Amino acid sequence: MTLAIAVGFLAAVGTWLIVRGGAVRLILGFILLGHAANLVIIAAGGTFRREAPLVNDQLLAQNAADPLPQAFVLTAIVITFGVTVYLLSLVARTAKQSSKTEDETIGHIEGQEEASS
Amino acid sequence: MNIDVTFLSTWVLPAVFLGPLIAAVITFVLGAGAITRYIGLLVPLGVFVVAVLLVLTTMDGQVVVSQIAGWPGGVSIAFVGDLLSALMLGVSALLVFTSMVFAFAAGLGIERWFVPTVLIMTAGVYGAYVTADLFNLFVMIEVALLPSYILMSRRGTLTSLRAARLYLIVNLTASTLFLAGLGAVYGVTGTVNMAALAGLGVLPVVGIATGVIVIALMLKAALVPTHSWLPATYPYTSPAITALFSGLLTKIGVYALVRIISLIYEPGQLVTVIVVVACVASMVIGVLGALGEGTIRGVLTFHMVSQVGYILVGVVLAGAVGLAAVVFYLIHHTIVKTSLFLTGGTVEHEEGTGIIRRLGGLARAHPIASFAFLLAALSLIGIPPFSGFWAKLGVLNAAVDAGSVVVFVVALVVSVGTLGSMLKLGSGVFWGSPKGARDEEDEETPSDVTVGAETVGATGLAIDVATEVEAPPVTKWRPLLVFPGLALALVSLGIGLYPEWLLALADTAGESLADPVAYVSAVLGSGPS
Repeated sequence: MTLAIAVGFLAAVGTWLIVRGGAVRLILGFILLGHAANLVIIAAGGTFRREAPLVNDQLLAQNAADPLPQAFVLTAIVITFGVTVYLLSLVARTAKQSSKTEDETIGHIEGQEEASS
Repeated sequence: MNIDVTFLSTWVLPAVFLGPLIAAVITFVLGAGAITRYIGLLVPLGVFVVAVLLVLTTMDGQVVVSQIAGWPGGVSIAFVGDLLSALMLGVSALLVFTSMVFAFAAGLGIERWFVPTVLIMTAGVYGAYVTADLFNLFVMIEVALLPSYILMSRRGTLTSLRAARLYLIVNLTASTLFLAGLGAVYGVTGTVNMAALAGLGVLPVVGIATGVIVIALMLKAALVPTHSWLPATYPYTSPAITALFSGLLTKIGVYALVRIISLIYEPGQLVTVIVVVACVASMVIGVLGALGEGTIRGVLTFHMVSQVGYILVGVVLAGAVGLAAVVFYLIHHTIVKTSLFLTGGTVEHEEGTGIIRRLGGLARAHPIASFAFLLAALSLIGIPPFSGFWAKLGVLNAAVDAGSVVVFVVALVVSVGTLGSMLKLGSGVFWGSPKGARDEEDEETPSDVTVGAETVGATGLAIDVATEVEAPPVTKWRPLLVFPGLALALVSLGIGLYPEWLLALADTAGESLADPVAYVSAVLGSGPS
């Protein structure tokens, strides 16, 4: 239940931040959404089983934590981290570029003004 | 077939993913140069050969499996080559090769990053085609996407950076959804092995969990209502890269949808109904949107939305017949669309602009490129004797089989729209009055997507010099730019003239998708593998 509330809260705040617009809010929003997705995966493994698996031969299977979701989440965190860093650098580059050529008008791609970042 | 299956499964399947990755490292170390360019061409050729071998092995419905690290089936992450995977590998390798030739002719080869990033991207795509594990599919998609972010933003102009940002945000959203769906699937079934999930979609809880993944993939495949990012991003990079993206990245979404829906769901479930509705809407909205675009690649990318609808509508219609139509359409579309993008890219590179209003009458000076465009456009519309005719016939056939009047009528009517958008390109760019006879005023259009604007980026990336030069009207276009598009158009014509073999392959692939017993038993290791 705690996890469900946490996922709901993270997803709600993340979505709200993304929809509000502005580069930094957008990135923070995606970080929170990513956390929500990761918590869903952790929850899928069943958090009632807490013992470290594989290291202890005497451990009963029903007490061992499921290592697979943890591996999933680790992979996902690394990927999300990389993408977020790239998104940050992209936003920074865009802000730098648009301050250089302020009068350029772009009709096609609606993006919020970079001034908020 | 007398090909050693053990050899294929042990060495060849993992090599499809690892080979391009290793080649990427080598080319990165070597830097831009002749050897790097040769490697960039040889790798897709090698994958093509592998794909042909795989097709020959799997054309009787056999499934080649590689259980990674020798874990037993169901526990391991499996790489699987069935007929669909093999065909997708082959057609992807073909288009990567032609796009590479085009890219080098356009001068992208002098960028240090170009060949390695494309190789990594293709590694992810090939990997996605052969994996039998949902989480592995997620990783493969990310492997393909990360280099694409770099390729998207490589020009460094404000327009391309904004397009890249939008592109990244859309894909990040899709990936997050995919991940959440994965968690849900694992939570309710305890596995993410696609074979182990086969048929479980009938259980509502699994159906909904997988539905989250389906929605994420629909976003990646740019189906209506999540299509609007596609025409807002793809035209804002170099033409060769747009061609690669259209042939590879949206196609992973399409492929994964085909695989997951056919494997996990039964026809008639709520999710499949939603997919049909989205497909029909895509067919209509995509073709209407294409008519409103003002640049060559704008028309072509918006039109992709419509074509994705055509491809996927068969997934949920009429079982094996529908799936066979899907496989055939997928292959046809990849070839023809890439051909059109490359020919359109030739115009942009040589004339310095892709804005239809500023072009016209190019057919007189450049008959070969115009011929290539004509062939591909006719094929896209679906006129015999091109591959597009057989592809559309397959879709109509599936609609009749399923008794779906709506799909049948929409598929027919939308073809008229396709004709309209191809006419717009044809009369605006290749035929019709030359640009001199039209309005000459040089006002700035907001959606200016000229290749000529490809100035040196802030990072100081070396950029194609040839496009900088204002090309005088009568210069001959570089043959290496024209040739790839023409070659692919001729492939489409060839398939259209001799469709039997591909139709037979598509039928087999459709049957094994509709009834995935061989796939499941091979992956889970319970049957002969």
